[in-house]
Amino acid sequence: MSKDLQAHLDELAGLLVAGSPHAVDLGFELDSITPGVAVIRAPYREDLIGDPETGVMHGGVVTALLDHTAGLAAFAGFGGDKAVATLDLRLDYMRPAEPGKDVIAEARTIKVSGLFAFVSAIAHDGDADDPVATAHAAFMVSKVSEAAAEKAKEDIARGATPISALPKPGEKGGAL
Amino acid sequence: MSDRLSPLLSSPYVQRLGVRFVGHGDELTGILPYTEQIVGNPLIPALHGGAIGAFMEMTAAAGLLAHSELAALPKPIDVAVDYLRPGRPEDVFARAVVTRQGSRVANVKVEAWQAKRSSPIASLHGHFLVKPVTSS
Repeated sequence: MSKDLQAHLDELAGLLVAGSPHAVDLGFELDSITPGVAVIRAPYREDLIGDPETGVMHGGVVTALLDHTAGLAAFAGFGGDKAVATLDLRLDYMRPAEPGKDVIAEARTIKVSGLFAFVSAIAHDGDADDPVATAHAAFMVSKVSEAAAEKAKEDIARGATPISALPKPGEKGGAL
Repeated sequence: MSDRLSPLLSSPYVQRLGVRFVGHGDELTGILPYTEQIVGNPLIPALHGGAIGAFMEMTAAAGLLAHSELAALPKPIDVAVDYLRPGRPEDVFARAVVTRQGSRVANVKVEAWQAKRSSPIASLHGHFLVKPVTSS
């Protein structure tokens, strides 16, 4: 079962970061995805600095990194076949990330219970015992994301790519 | 007001997201303009929770800078974000309320919405480390 799941996750791996425009924009790179566990790296970039005086990456980048990594861990925890929605995300910022260093987030699904998954994550810049931030998040399989997964299957069957369907700035968004 | 916000507005990441602030009296509204770059899931399509979270953190910082004179940018200690509705591919707005500001730590609440102020898409509650400018 888990061997099949790993093969399924390996198949999807290319899409799990590259299929999310915001994750691509922030330069995220998927290090690994295994059942219930995801690791993503955010390479240091000057255009992601929060405070120009210190050169430290903005806390918001760490927020997005932990959100994305925890979401993928939940996705892989649910068996890799359900789209998930974040219910809440609780973050502790323990210290600034060191300027010039990549930030790595590691997220682990603690438990899947029915429609819900509970995930714990840390972000560090090289030493997992000295975290930059930690996070706890709850995810659920929502009707919206289930409908989206169905729509995606239909779209992909028609040969459409996910990103080509996005409205342009100024256009009204698609119906939910 | 805009002078006080300048340390925040000069942040490369704030500029990259195109976040700006509009003040009406003592109320400050943050604006996160919609671009394809803030989409998390193009299949729904829904904005990235991380972009909404980052935007609310910026709005909290702006609220604190507007609330009193600070010697440095507020630094987040911890934040809790509730995601209430999927963010549609449209602009996002947010407003911060400083619940309490002490000499070191401030409590801030932020609510983010899109078409309807009464239907928030996310809320944040956080603690921030602040350095008030002392009169001495």
